[in-house]
Amino acid sequence: MQTHDYDVVIVGAGGAGMRAALEASKRARTAVVTKLYPTRSHTGAAQGGMCAALANVEEDNWEWHTYDTVKGGDYLVDQDAAEVMAKEAIDAVLDLEKMGLPFNRTPEGKIDQRRFGGHTREHGEAPVRRACYAADRTGHMILQTLYQNCVKQQVEFFNEYYVLDVLMTGDPRTDEGVRASGVVTYELATGEIHVFRAKSVVFASGGFGKVFKTTSNAHTLTGDGPAMVLRRGIPLEDMEFFQFHPTGLAGLGILLSEAARGEGAILRNSNMERFMERYAPTLKDLAPRDVVARAMANEVREGRGCGPNKDYVLLDLTHLEPAHIDAKLPDITEFARTYLGVEPYTEPVPVFPTAHYAMGGIPTNIRGEVLRNAEDVIPGMYAAGEVACVSVHGGNRLGTNSLLDINVFGRRAGIAAAEHAATVESPELPEGVEIPTVELLQRLRDRPATEDRVADIRRDLQETMDANVQVFRTEETCRKALADIEALKKRYETVAVQDKGLRYNLDLLEAVELGFLLDLAETVALGALYRKESRGGHFREDFDKRDDVNFLHHTMYYRTLEGEEGAEGTSIRLGTKPVVITRYEPKERTF
Amino acid sequence: MTAVAEKTPAPEASAAEIPSFEVTLRINRFDPDSGKDSSWEDFTVTMHGTDRVLDALHEIKWHLDGSLSFRRSCAHGVCGSDAMRINGRNRLACKTLLKDLDISKPILVEPIKGLPVEKDLIVDMDPFFESYREIMPFLVAKGQEPSRERLQSAEERERFDDTTKCILCAACTSSCPVFWTDGQYFGPAAIVNAHRFIFDSRDDAGEQRLEILNSKEGVWRCRTTFNCSEACPRGIQVTKAIAEVKQAVIRGRI
Repeated sequence: MQTHDYDVVIVGAGGAGMRAALEASKRARTAVVTKLYPTRSHTGAAQGGMCAALANVEEDNWEWHTYDTVKGGDYLVDQDAAEVMAKEAIDAVLDLEKMGLPFNRTPEGKIDQRRFGGHTREHGEAPVRRACYAADRTGHMILQTLYQNCVKQQVEFFNEYYVLDVLMTGDPRTDEGVRASGVVTYELATGEIHVFRAKSVVFASGGFGKVFKTTSNAHTLTGDGPAMVLRRGIPLEDMEFFQFHPTGLAGLGILLSEAARGEGAILRNSNMERFMERYAPTLKDLAPRDVVARAMANEVREGRGCGPNKDYVLLDLTHLEPAHIDAKLPDITEFARTYLGVEPYTEPVPVFPTAHYAMGGIPTNIRGEVLRNAEDVIPGMYAAGEVACVSVHGGNRLGTNSLLDINVFGRRAGIAAAEHAATVESPELPEGVEIPTVELLQRLRDRPATEDRVADIRRDLQETMDANVQVFRTEETCRKALADIEALKKRYETVAVQDKGLRYNLDLLEAVELGFLLDLAETVALGALYRKESRGGHFREDFDKRDDVNFLHHTMYYRTLEGEEGAEGTSIRLGTKPVVITRYEPKERTF
Repeated sequence: MTAVAEKTPAPEASAAEIPSFEVTLRINRFDPDSGKDSSWEDFTVTMHGTDRVLDALHEIKWHLDGSLSFRRSCAHGVCGSDAMRINGRNRLACKTLLKDLDISKPILVEPIKGLPVEKDLIVDMDPFFESYREIMPFLVAKGQEPSRERLQSAEERERFDDTTKCILCAACTSSCPVFWTDGQYFGPAAIVNAHRFIFDSRDDAGEQRLEILNSKEGVWRCRTTFNCSEACPRGIQVTKAIAEVKQAVIRGRI
């Protein structure tokens, strides 16, 4: 075992982690610990754009952006946070440009902007051009640009180090004086344990889309961050809110950006009808994602799906000029050709909703400080990006607001973490902090061989999540998912790994990741069961209206203490947290 | 050794069932801790319609041999984790559909060449990133910072568009015969990333980069074999980019 001492340790090297690192490393001794090489992070898969009211091509302002974010999130957004994000969006885009990001340009040489779902002028009147973009590879350019600047600034990375445990000076559920003290990590190349002592820890480890089967998420998005903090007594927030992106390649889940619809593509059913006109008369195909995804699923349910199994709808780009498609949407059209053998110039592309983004996560305030309950922070603990719940996305995130979130709150968390580190002494680390991690790995490694496989448990988990807690949910399906997860957890307790070696043992780590996925899937299903209303990405067929009287609050998930009873036989206690409402009183959403 | 996995057909399989087929992957295995040299191992798996080489590798790892090691993440050709040699060509496993290969004989899968093999299909990427870092892969803009964005015309932006697509997968660099034999050569990917900044109208460090690339490890080692362009999963015209950098070095300016 090795130990390392830093002021700030950042967990994850996607957009949020590297944006935080650029700030923290200027001010404090900083390490970035990441299970992937930084440029492999899933920020690079984001396509369409990053919204900011630059008003480069038409009138726009941050207040409209705030309003759209709040309304798009079905009023579960904390409005102070949304306002911060929309205001700072402008500098966030300009900062990236100055770092070298190659945005597409207007004829005047300014950053070009295009339409995106749910982004409007005059509070919903009509779509506005707000998304700054670099073709349909904006996330790739952000990831590359941030990495380039980390190279320039000589940020210190520990690549292919898996963070498996978080260290604190006490239990956040019971100790008021608790603060962050570091992380325990596993070096993939050697199997060696490294303990990082730190004054500040920033979680920027991304989402957990792999709880679902059909997903746009990378194989590595297994929610390690939120699952490990939950086990240590830090709460999670709003886990029932998961976004299903309307246009995944049918059967595969690979993302086709909303930018396609921003550029004029149209969704059609088996009658070639532009069905979104019925569901969202004003914004049509550019309504927020929850609305479009539900409409698509409904078309299929009512028998108007396409293909031999009538199980998808079509994204039609055939009326767009091939030159325009090549200039604005080159990557996603290549995905259609490569993976489905469909030529988007001439044929509509089969699409269906795909699990895309966790609105919930580790609760933070607008400084990126992690909360240990509805009010109090854990000094030295930060989170930013998809892993965090600020909450700027509420019940449904608007397209492009994730790339914005990572830049605005990654920056804020990086600054706050470094400033905190300057004011405190290094925390004490008692002997043996690594033992729980060593034992966890040892248990998985030492078990006698089983017929059952990690991959089979994971597949069964993903199948029950897709069948029961996806776009449409009911009490019955949520209970079914919970029962299935309980049974899968039992199987997990005995499953063995085959690879017993130390070198690049991804077999072992997939088993650890499955443990994280099971814990998080349970929170998703539990929250979906308890929220007896429909809001944003959470739709209950048995409670199909929003219920502001009973549910205009965030859900908090706490791991139970020894002897404490959890909800529905789980080891989770549920709580609530008020929604911050400043300017916009909740009203019915129409698009 | 040969191992076979059977997938049971889904119960709801109907008239529209996706056809399945058997495919054998012949994989070059290596574990330095074993004390043995690398060796080939065959695995036969049942796969379906649009499955990719990565799906077959997963099927093997998840059901036949958990110790088979390879990197992967996004699984749709944008993260650059899973570059490997497939039937002697550098490709991304997640972008190579099985149905596009000749499956009547075993598909050969090996680690990319020229970088030290760590285990099975995993190579040490540090030397690759080392070269990348040496060419100053970041914007250097002198003069006063504007309060808004720097202006750049659509034409100026287009000038370096091709080389912005690089995902640092190393498929090009590890396909280069010069890189295999010459441990010092920067390799195509580093030059591609130098190109991305040299031809960016906002950048002021082009001459420094050209000086670095004019050194003995630099562009002149390139013998224009076009392997790199063929290998690039992003369709970057790598050889053309290198030629443009060579031209700029000769002219001594951009």
